[in-house]
Amino acid sequence: MIRLFANANYDFIKWRRRAFTLTGAIMLVGLVFLVTRGVNYSIEFTGGTLVQVEAAHSVPIAKVRAALDNVGLNGAELKNFGSDTSFVVTARIGARSAEGEAGTQAVADAVARAFDQSVGAGQYRIERREAVGPKVGRELQGKALLAILFSFLVTLIYLAVRFEWRFGLAAVIATAHDIVATIAFISVMHLEVSLVVVGAVLTVVGYSLNDTIIIFDRVRENLRKYRRQNLYEILNLSINETLPRSVLTHGTTIATTLSLLLLGGEVIRPFAWVMSFGIFTGTFSSIYIAAPVLLWIEKRWPGEDARGARTFGSRAPATPPPSVPATPPSSPASPPRAPQPAR
Amino acid sequence: MGKIRQRLYVIGALIVVSIISLVPRNVKMRVRDSVSGAMKDTTVRRVPINLGLDLQGGIHLALEVDQSKGPVPDCADAIQRAERVVRTRIDEFGTTEPVVQIQGRCRLIVELAGEKDPARAKSVIQRTAFLEFRITDMKNQFKAALPQIDAALRRAGIKSRGAAPPSAVSQLFGGDSSKAERDSTTDANTPGVLSSLLFQGQLPGEYLVPEEQSPLVDSLINRPDVRAAMPRGIDLRWGSQSESRGARAYRALYAVDSRPIITGEELVKATARRDPVTNQSIVPFQLSHRGARKFSDETARHINDYMAIILDNRVQGQPPVIHGQIGANGQIELGNKPLQEASDLALVLRAGALPAPLTIVDERTISASLGADSIHDGVLAGVVGVVLVVVIMIGYYRLSGALAVAALTLYCLFTLAGLAAFGFTLTLPGLAGFVLSIGIAVDANVLIFERIREEVVHGKSLRLAVDDGFLHAMNAIVDSNVSTILTALILYAVGTGPVQGFAITLIIGIIASMISAIFVVKTLFLIWLNRRPDMVTLSI
Repeated sequence: MIRLFANANYDFIKWRRRAFTLTGAIMLVGLVFLVTRGVNYSIEFTGGTLVQVEAAHSVPIAKVRAALDNVGLNGAELKNFGSDTSFVVTARIGARSAEGEAGTQAVADAVARAFDQSVGAGQYRIERREAVGPKVGRELQGKALLAILFSFLVTLIYLAVRFEWRFGLAAVIATAHDIVATIAFISVMHLEVSLVVVGAVLTVVGYSLNDTIIIFDRVRENLRKYRRQNLYEILNLSINETLPRSVLTHGTTIATTLSLLLLGGEVIRPFAWVMSFGIFTGTFSSIYIAAPVLLWIEKRWPGEDARGARTFGSRAPATPPPSVPATPPSSPASPPRAPQPAR
Repeated sequence: MGKIRQRLYVIGALIVVSIISLVPRNVKMRVRDSVSGAMKDTTVRRVPINLGLDLQGGIHLALEVDQSKGPVPDCADAIQRAERVVRTRIDEFGTTEPVVQIQGRCRLIVELAGEKDPARAKSVIQRTAFLEFRITDMKNQFKAALPQIDAALRRAGIKSRGAAPPSAVSQLFGGDSSKAERDSTTDANTPGVLSSLLFQGQLPGEYLVPEEQSPLVDSLINRPDVRAAMPRGIDLRWGSQSESRGARAYRALYAVDSRPIITGEELVKATARRDPVTNQSIVPFQLSHRGARKFSDETARHINDYMAIILDNRVQGQPPVIHGQIGANGQIELGNKPLQEASDLALVLRAGALPAPLTIVDERTISASLGADSIHDGVLAGVVGVVLVVVIMIGYYRLSGALAVAALTLYCLFTLAGLAAFGFTLTLPGLAGFVLSIGIAVDANVLIFERIREEVVHGKSLRLAVDDGFLHAMNAIVDSNVSTILTALILYAVGTGPVQGFAITLIIGIIASMISAIFVVKTLFLIWLNRRPDMVTLSI
């Protein structure tokens, strides 16, 4: 049988500072983009009008632009959607002064007039037309935020029940990291944030949580199994033990998200982008955020079984390979992965 | 062996139930007859999976009571009554499986799948269809009040600008030179702002406004000071169409009694047809007994008066003169408008008026072709994704991987059956969620297989390794899946349409994957181990 990363024994936790630096740098870049360019909200959130048109023949985009300016839609955004006969016009409400609920409908009609001028009446087909009033947009913004906060709360409670609050907190911090990293990614890529993309972010949250729980489950089990090892070693051991599973599962998931990204069509593409990135950040955070944070929490607020804290406190990050357990009796150095079971 | 048989029975039952829920069945649908254009019920055989609007094309509308012209005190009540009216209209308008539902307190959601003409559907839904009959201003009270109105406007500092030269008008109407005009000339050298824009029409209470001036006049008559100066019991209503006199287009403005002699509430029947003589589109209607009695009483009192037929505050056609008592029957003339418009009007009149005007707060229209593209792309991505997963699983886990792939086909079957059985809607994000969940579905198997491998490495017997592998992986599988279901539930609670579709597909997918990855694969393993009791190494 093929066994990838069987008997792996990498000291993952050792690299936590570099990992923090890396992810911090990504977030910083994201923040810079976020501040300079702002979030590219879809009209679902801002309110506004979107019209997607499929022209019968190819039309230069400049001509359509001129026609849009002609009907007074100077603020509207125009771009090709997949091909040069397909156009998407987006007019957000925020761009102009107060427009009522009826305004979005009027804009949609104006867009049709612009295409009558530039492409010719009857020479195009309206594929998609969305007109969202400002009220609906505001409601959705609130709801999306609520969804994310609520998912944190539920996760925290569930993990506190199934594991322990320290695990729950570590998992939620890792999840928060994923959200921030994903937002950074979205702003760097300048992806349009629609409700579906928010859905993708929440899916990333679920996926990352899933991954974290798999590792924590191993930690929980190993803490019971190896009474003499400290938390640092147990975390490393657990991550290494679950490594083959991680590689396989992430492999299959990436296979499906990449096929969605490349073949799933234009409409689903932002979703696929976020999911593809989310798999990476989810995997990363389970190992490099959740585990070190758990270690740190144990140190701050030691539990009944606070071995992690004590030994962690005495161990400088740069000291010898931590795979050699600190406690001499149970240190079979040759097969490093399998310390003697405590039973 | 008995244990395996029991398991096989359960799996067999699940497969049978799934297949039954997916078999194409006869569904009753209202479809438009291509020849007559009327709606009829037919039965169609199809796979009972509902496609979302984003996949089959259609319109999604969110409507609210229009509060822009003054607040509506009880919007929940108004929306509830509007829902009944809109539902009746939609049922007659006829699209397959329309959705009309109240969301929250004051919002109405209308979804029409596969509708080809969104503009027409919108007008049918949004039209208030408030019909009323009013007698025109027979005593010329409005005309008498015009000087006061002009004076009020002058006090407000509004100067007449760009009025049509009077000469042209006097030519136009010949001897019947308007009194409004005379009023304006008598009023010293400054003509009245409003009166200079109005020209007396052919019947009492009718005034004509040049088409290009009508927005100006509209803004003038809606001013509060003008409204205050209006004579009691008289309202102004625009005509529905502009008419041309000579080279110019005019729009009629009618001064009518505030009190309608009868409203559309009393209407019981309305049809559409073409007048055989004039070839005009007309909507003949019939009133209820009560309405007919009231109508004949009123018309008897107003013989030789003119009666304006007002629909949604627009006067339809030229008000006819009442020659004698009118009973239960009448008709609305639409001029040279197409017959389809007349039949839409008849439809909304039959369904009744909306309690308040509705405004569209959210509209999504997706064409059927875009939906078909999305299905095509989504299915292609799904197939490629599945093939990749199959290759990875069999390549890595060999025979065990093949068992997992067998379970994966059952997983797909269960998920689709779940969607069909509970009547959930498959949306584009749902399709993406389905593709994604295929990748995630094998996770449970990966967890189990890795456990079994570990147990084998630890030197356990195959049978024990398989049992322990399943047992030890269970905690992780349950915890991780439950937490994903929780997130999906939140998504469902908060999201709308497509996102809810995604959440539903994810939840069903997770449940189906737990059944197939744990129960089905375990059964397959048991069969395998029973057949080859002498097996020493597991193909895993």
